[in-house]
Amino acid sequence: MTRIIVVTSGKGGVGKTTTSAAFAAGLASAGRRTAVIDFDVGLRSLDLIMGCERRVVYDFINVINGEAALKQALIKDKRIPGLFILPASQTRDKDALTTEGVERVLDELSEEFDYIICDSPAGIERGAYLAMYFADEAIVVTNPEVSSVRDSDRVLGLLASKTRRAERGEPSVRERLLVTRYAPSRVGKGEMLSVEDVQEILAIELLGVIPESTTVLNASNSGMPVILEARSDAGQAYQDAVARFLGEEREHRFLTEKKGLFGRLFGGSSA
Amino acid sequence: MSFLSYFRSQRKKNASSAARAKERLQIIVARERLQCAGGPDYLPMLQDELLAVVRKYIQVDRNAVRMQLDQEGDCEVLELNITLPDGTETSARVR
Repeated sequence: MTRIIVVTSGKGGVGKTTTSAAFAAGLASAGRRTAVIDFDVGLRSLDLIMGCERRVVYDFINVINGEAALKQALIKDKRIPGLFILPASQTRDKDALTTEGVERVLDELSEEFDYIICDSPAGIERGAYLAMYFADEAIVVTNPEVSSVRDSDRVLGLLASKTRRAERGEPSVRERLLVTRYAPSRVGKGEMLSVEDVQEILAIELLGVIPESTTVLNASNSGMPVILEARSDAGQAYQDAVARFLGEEREHRFLTEKKGLFGRLFGGSSA
Repeated sequence: MSFLSYFRSQRKKNASSAARAKERLQIIVARERLQCAGGPDYLPMLQDELLAVVRKYIQVDRNAVRMQLDQEGDCEVLELNITLPDGTETSARVR
């Protein structure tokens, strides 16, 4: 049974595409056939983050309009078997997305894939609405920052009312929180909302915490999903989050300040 | 004491900025959840106009007017609370 996952946040720039790419790569690495769709029509970015921007021939809108077959538009990832990318159109606008068109593409993908990840655009307009409409599960990406948390709360309201599951009265979309750009040292100083604070306000299950890391920009510079940077904090945190998503129990890491050599020598209790 | 001033009084003078962020979020998120949960969109305008009428006769602060829409059985209750300057509270119910 195919699961449709929306990666959403309301606010822009919090890490939706980074997360979509990481989860798609992580699920495919775990042997699940996975397709990831960019819903940001007009401002596509997933192709760059996945490093396949020069292989885009047809896009999501071409498929919706019947100008290309789904198989022609899907880009096969060169690193991980079973991972496919459906890029957004860069030239059309959001009105090109239709409910029926999106449903048709998702139905066709469902015949072949275990997971379909919908990378939502920022905002709560058409693209974001359609990215969440057919979802079974939602990953709500939130930065520990006031406007991001407020926007996430708004998005949770929409997930509970504006999705197909909500309209049909089916079991609700499973919502899970992913806190990104987390800086434990600043949390320690009282300068940043803690993950407990964010979770208390949003009141949903915590899927993972991704620490602020230089690796994320480095990975996007080279078109590599950050989860493949297996030795970095951020990469490992995404691996944990994907494992939890698949039902594994994993301790949350990277929630406290990393101690330097001095701290390790004299800090006492740190393991 | 109103809901908001309850939170204000809890604020410590030297609270960290993260604590202020949390407090502000708790208030705004609670308010927006109420609004999204079926509050009709004419409520803010109605509140403004009612406030203008009240102000013709009594000088009250903008924040002294509170309006709430509740459901009582199959009946919707619009509750209007105006805190008068001298501290006595006037309450009117419109059905």
